Amino acid sequence: MPLLEIRNLTVEFATASGPFRAVDGADIVVESGDILAIVGESGSGKSVMMMAMMGLLPWTATVTSDVMRFDGQDLADLSTRERRRLMGKDIAMIFQEPMSSLNPCFNVGYQIKEALRQHLGLDRKERHNRAIELLEQVGIPSPEKRLNVFPHQLSGGMNQRVMIAMAIACSPRLLIADEPTTALDVTIQAQVLDLLTGLQRDTGMAMILITHDMGVVAETAERVSVQYAGQKVEEQPVTDLFATPHHPYTFALLAALPERATEKHLPTIKGVVPGQFDRPSGCLFSPRCTFADETCKSTPPAVQPASLGYARCHYPISAKTEETA
Amino acid sequence: MLKYFLARLLTFLPTFVGVTLISFSFIRLLPGDPIIVMAGERGMSEERYNALMQEFGFDQPILVQYWDYLLGVVQGDLGQSFVTKRPVWDEFFALFPATLELSICAMIFAVMLGLPAGVIAAVNRGKLPDRLFMSIALVGYSMPIFWWALLLIIVFSGNLGMTPVSGRIDLLYYFDSTTGFMLIDSLLSGQEGAFRSAVRHLILPVIVLGTIPLAVIARQTRSAMLEVLSEDYIRTARAKGLTPARVNGIHALRNALIPVITVIGLMVGTLLAGAILTETIFSWPGIGKWMVDSIFRRDYPVVQGGLMLIAVMVMIVNLTVDVLYGFINPKIRKR
Ligand SMILES: Nc1ncnc2c1ncn2[C@@H]1O[C@H](COP(=O)(O)OP(=O)(O)O)[C@@H](O)[C@H]1O
Ligand SMILES: [Mg+2]
Repeated sequence: MPLLEIRNLTVEFATASGPFRAVDGADIVVESGDILAIVGESGSGKSVMMMAMMGLLPWTATVTSDVMRFDGQDLADLSTRERRRLMGKDIAMIFQEPMSSLNPCFNVGYQIKEALRQHLGLDRKERHNRAIELLEQVGIPSPEKRLNVFPHQLSGGMNQRVMIAMAIACSPRLLIADEPTTALDVTIQAQVLDLLTGLQRDTGMAMILITHDMGVVAETAERVSVQYAGQKVEEQPVTDLFATPHHPYTFALLAALPERATEKHLPTIKGVVPGQFDRPSGCLFSPRCTFADETCKSTPPAVQPASLGYARCHYPISAKTEETA
Repeated sequence: MLKYFLARLLTFLPTFVGVTLISFSFIRLLPGDPIIVMAGERGMSEERYNALMQEFGFDQPILVQYWDYLLGVVQGDLGQSFVTKRPVWDEFFALFPATLELSICAMIFAVMLGLPAGVIAAVNRGKLPDRLFMSIALVGYSMPIFWWALLLIIVFSGNLGMTPVSGRIDLLYYFDSTTGFMLIDSLLSGQEGAFRSAVRHLILPVIVLGTIPLAVIARQTRSAMLEVLSEDYIRTARAKGLTPARVNGIHALRNALIPVITVIGLMVGTLLAGAILTETIFSWPGIGKWMVDSIFRRDYPVVQGGLMLIAVMVMIVNLTVDVLYGFINPKIRKR
């Protein structure tokens, strides 16, 4: 039984200009101890998908799914109280903006200990010791002193480490990292990624790593799910995906990697992810796809079998066509 | 922190000079001659009039009068009342506790109801509690104090006979003032029913004086909370599985308090202005009533000294708020 199983997840926002479907029939399956990467440009609904699972979306969002199960429990069935017992304990999440994700009015120690008190019921002394231990674990020097420091006194990288310490405080079984390195300097990015993968290895927790950077995926994940405009367009083990991408979108993302560039300029995918008003009727990627024809523009594609990476495409790229292409 | 405090203190200097100037000129701009008013209906001989003019220094040029006043202020001498002949300073501090007691109680009333109302409205944005509270706040804010006071008096004192309409305590009770605060003094006196009587006398004035601050605090809390609730750290707090009470009441409110405290500080001036009206309506023997009476008597030293002391009080409160601000917002403390 997978640790997390979500089938056909749809999230629709009620906006002033009508409903907007930010997530459109997405599937996520994560096994215990697995690392799943979800890749896609910004605006593809990656964050919304995770927030839907955590129950963090505002009331304007309508969330529907066929299955939304964590460790055998149906998340949609849980009362808000039961769900709170799960969030921050068994499922923890870290976010893109470390500087604004910590409360500026409370010191670091308070915010870490708060999670410990909420879920583990440790006493004062135990909380204090555990907090120091956690800061040590995420590589923050002189942790005892750092407990009394406020978020604005730390750098972005340090704040993200604090966020990670807070997230792993109650030994979660699933950690969701939503673009954990996007807001950080390049040198710090690698350190934080190493920290995350190291922690994942040591604790055996499962991890969903959300990113828009294929480079990050290559170094960390085992399986990759590619998301576009609220849909999963392809899913493969990481090595297979890098070797033989089946969806043109994946192909284009990979071609945009600096180390794969053949010309001087980085090839970029022209255009942007469709928003509320320019959603195509056929394949959502068709307006930007170099291979698209009339069928693509008029008919939504079906999902291909596993051998073709579940690609949501009329004309998936196979190894053979790639040669001829 | 000390440097911050001193810097703030320095900025009060020009304000202070301005206040002396305004308080000095305000009463002189009103038509009416204090000596004539003092003489009343009996009138006064030419010689006596001139002698008094000289005694009070009104024969001097206005700038010299101001300078004398300023010199006195710097030495802590505000002159003495034309009417009672007692030092303004003494009169002010004899009456100030009554005003302070009323104002503090009104502020407590406003904060105790305004903060929760603002939080509940923000958390239930657009729903019934939000609309209800904000409509009430709007009505409360726009209500003329006089009219509101009369309405309360008619209903609670007139129809229901529940509350007294004037003074600080029933005439039945008599005891020496130790602290000047009737609530405390009545308790200290040990007389049965004295405290209850003091409380009952406070209720209507406190409601009347506290209504506008209550409305302002509720609205300010609501808008500050709405802003804070969309912050990333609130999402983090919820992702941690904290209860809504903790998320809204601790993580959000703590941040929302920063602008609210500023507003509370700024409202002290409004509160004192309101106290003048409220004290007059309820015959509350505080500085508000004292000031109004003195204005009618053209008691120059009392009006100018009283105004200045009130202004200084407001400045002190604002300074306190600034310091408090630093404690609530760690980002400022470190600067
Ligand atoms: N609260 C909301 N109301 C309306 N639209 C939203 C809301 N939150 C996100 N969206 C929209 O959903 C889409 C997906 O957003 P998001 O999940 O943040 O993308 P990603 O994380 O993949 O960059 C975006 O077009 C965004 O504008
Ligand atoms: Mg995102």
